[in-house]
Amino acid sequence: MNRTLPPPENYRRLNKKHFPSNIGFAILAIPLIIFILFIGFMVFYLFKNGINVISWKFLTQPPEKGMTAGGIFPCIIGTLYVTLISLLFSVPVGLFSGIYLAEYAPNNSITQVMRSSIRALAGIPSIVYGLFGVALFIRAFQIGLSVLASGLTLGLMSLPWIITTVEESITAIPNSFREGALALGATKWESIRRNVLPYAFPGILTGVLLAIARTVGETAPILFTGVTYFTRQIPRSPLEKFMALPYHIFVLATQHDQLTKVRPIAFATAVVLLIFVLGFDIIAFFTRMRFAATNKWQV
Amino acid sequence: MRLRKKIDRFAGITFFVNAVLAAGVLFGILLFLFSYGVRAFIPAPGTDPGDPESRPLTILGFLFGTVWNPDAYGKPHYGLIPLFLGSLLTTLIALTISVPLGIAGAIFIAERLTGWVRIGVKMVVELFAGFPSVVIGLFGLVVLAPLIARTFNLSSGLNLFTASIILAVMSLPTIISVSEDALRVVPHSYREAAYALGASPWTTAIKVILPAARSGILAAVMLGFGRAIGETMAVLMVAGNAPIIPRSLFDPVRTITTTLAIELGETAANSIHFFSLFALGFVLFVIALATNLIAESLIRREKRSFTL
Amino acid sequence: MEKGHIEISNLNLWFGTNHILKNISFTILPRTVTAIMGPSGCGKSTLLRSINRMNDLITDTRITGSILIDGEDIFREKVDVIELRKRVGMVFQKPNPFPKSIFENVAFGIKIHNLASGAEVPRRVKEALQLANLWDEVKHRLGDNAFSLSGGQQQRLCIARCLAVGPEIILLDEPASALDPFSTAKLEELIVQLKKYYTIVIVTHNLQQAARVSDHCAFLMLGELVEFGPTERIFTKPQDKRTEDFLTGKFG
Repeated sequence: MNRTLPPPENYRRLNKKHFPSNIGFAILAIPLIIFILFIGFMVFYLFKNGINVISWKFLTQPPEKGMTAGGIFPCIIGTLYVTLISLLFSVPVGLFSGIYLAEYAPNNSITQVMRSSIRALAGIPSIVYGLFGVALFIRAFQIGLSVLASGLTLGLMSLPWIITTVEESITAIPNSFREGALALGATKWESIRRNVLPYAFPGILTGVLLAIARTVGETAPILFTGVTYFTRQIPRSPLEKFMALPYHIFVLATQHDQLTKVRPIAFATAVVLLIFVLGFDIIAFFTRMRFAATNKWQV
Repeated sequence: MRLRKKIDRFAGITFFVNAVLAAGVLFGILLFLFSYGVRAFIPAPGTDPGDPESRPLTILGFLFGTVWNPDAYGKPHYGLIPLFLGSLLTTLIALTISVPLGIAGAIFIAERLTGWVRIGVKMVVELFAGFPSVVIGLFGLVVLAPLIARTFNLSSGLNLFTASIILAVMSLPTIISVSEDALRVVPHSYREAAYALGASPWTTAIKVILPAARSGILAAVMLGFGRAIGETMAVLMVAGNAPIIPRSLFDPVRTITTTLAIELGETAANSIHFFSLFALGFVLFVIALATNLIAESLIRREKRSFTL
Repeated sequence: MEKGHIEISNLNLWFGTNHILKNISFTILPRTVTAIMGPSGCGKSTLLRSINRMNDLITDTRITGSILIDGEDIFREKVDVIELRKRVGMVFQKPNPFPKSIFENVAFGIKIHNLASGAEVPRRVKEALQLANLWDEVKHRLGDNAFSLSGGQQQRLCIARCLAVGPEIILLDEPASALDPFSTAKLEELIVQLKKYYTIVIVTHNLQQAARVSDHCAFLMLGELVEFGPTERIFTKPQDKRTEDFLTGKFG
């Protein structure tokens, strides 16, 4: 076919850019570049000041001598524990709610109200969730200051994110998938379970990973629902108080009586927390990329 | 077969119930905040009406009071003006920095970057949006505040100004992301029409694409506002936390969020002070909700404006 | 040489290694209407877009050969593409007015090229709208959003917008394909009127339209120029068998 004959050596390439425009755009790029450099500097500074405190001992030992020495093991456990509980709540509820909105909800104003109200939840400040957690879980349900109360509060906070992701991932699946199953006699739920959810899974997983990344770093919701400065041992039941990485950073930075002495520990804790957060974010990002590439039906 | 049908029905009901619960959370929060907050304005049964410590708030006193001092012995004040001003001023100053810079960055990303570079830059911006606020607060406390203190010859860098800078930095990713989305949604046909008329890429970006994305960009600003006014921990670490009406850029301030973070742990349950914090929370909730709803409707309006 | 003279010589165009236009040569005289026709995918739009260098917007466009407008090769190194597009205007298949008022749409080109200022601007806007046969329909609502117009009116608005810049050549890329027959007729009427002042090149897949409206026709197939000549001759006595087959509907 003639169409694949390449041009001879002396071809001219078009696409010359407009010079004055380039200057204008370059000026627009300056704040962006400064911002990115700022982010880089912040990360660099934290790592530089915290990395030498981090050691295997640091990660596996509890704090000693009034937090001025030792490690952050209970904080890591506490953070993981409370995040796990939040997921145990938000993933099922979020998944089911998302499935409802994507597959079952009729196109009427009630559904619109539901969607709007879920989306509005995403913009509510974290401290308001903390207040609500105190009112609902501590006072009304009388759970007491605990991993459970904090976990549920965090779960409520991640609910809108997960629901939105689930709904989007499911809506992205072409209708032909569902119809194929239904035409073979599957019930609605069966067609969703077998022909939709497996394909929506990568998107949903991405959303969950991102929710984890955000939950791990939150302080305000757990402030009054269960986190504490120091417990002698890691919580044996979800009804006990717990330590957490973000709160530990906060206390070491602002409320310790030997602020400068514990500062390196604060930096180190910040580094550990950042690694968690960035780790989950990056895994989520690659999950999204990898599965987007293998799905030919995705735009 | 009957079992399958039963399961199907059960599944449908489960999903519905969950969705209703999820949608109900917003109303739940509204309800609880209001009902707890309202108790600050009603005398509790069994208390001595002459006791200043348990005298309920008045709406006017709360909304327009200029002193917030709930722990003052004998004469507690619950005026939200200093806190509201703290929130408003830090947020507005932050936005005057982050809005122009954010929109500029968004234009650059949307109009000039393609392929991997674009994905990379967006990824960095979104990663930063996910940084825990205590970490940013730590950086602000340890690096930014002393820097500002040195530069402006202050005894302490923990003030309105530093808090605003931190909020500017934290609202920037939101503004960049949402603005960039708004710009990319503008149909390519506008660009083509402009180029065909002899417009340069710059003129096209500024005079055609940007105005066309007006509503979406406004939404970005509103969301940035919501993000900034709701921020707690980072502001807590750098704002100085004196519940006064700031008279200069370098006065320490409190915001609604930081007041809640500081005082909720210190109040006795069921005291007027305790309920007044819920009243504060309710005010914050309403502001955040309103901002969000306006932003959503602006985004919808932008999408509609291309298909009239 | 009168303004608006286009000479295409040995034009070859590639998108990457895809050879889209193969050795195209023909001349378009000022103040004539030339129709470019052919089956879909033959490169008509690409050819049209080469004349105002809109192909520059597509990455990796490579050419050999030349297009001379008023004797000057538009692909030369130093050519200011922006100036070129002032002289060569384009109207697209789907009307694409800006989301601004009717007035602002037409005034856009005037403002960015600083062609007029102050009170001159509304005068030129009126002129352009009159030339485009749209003035009477919109004169009382210039502030309305352009999208409130019908499809046919929007297309004439796009033409007015293009005319306001003062081009010598107007390129029309299947301008009526998104319009109803009545609007199409009005558009064709306009094209014949505009011929008095401008060189017009129109891409169309509608044979009858080409026959009605154009003075000359170029027939393209698979990127090659099969035949070029006066419309009447092409339609009554085509010299190439492929042209004949195309005209009698044997393919695409």
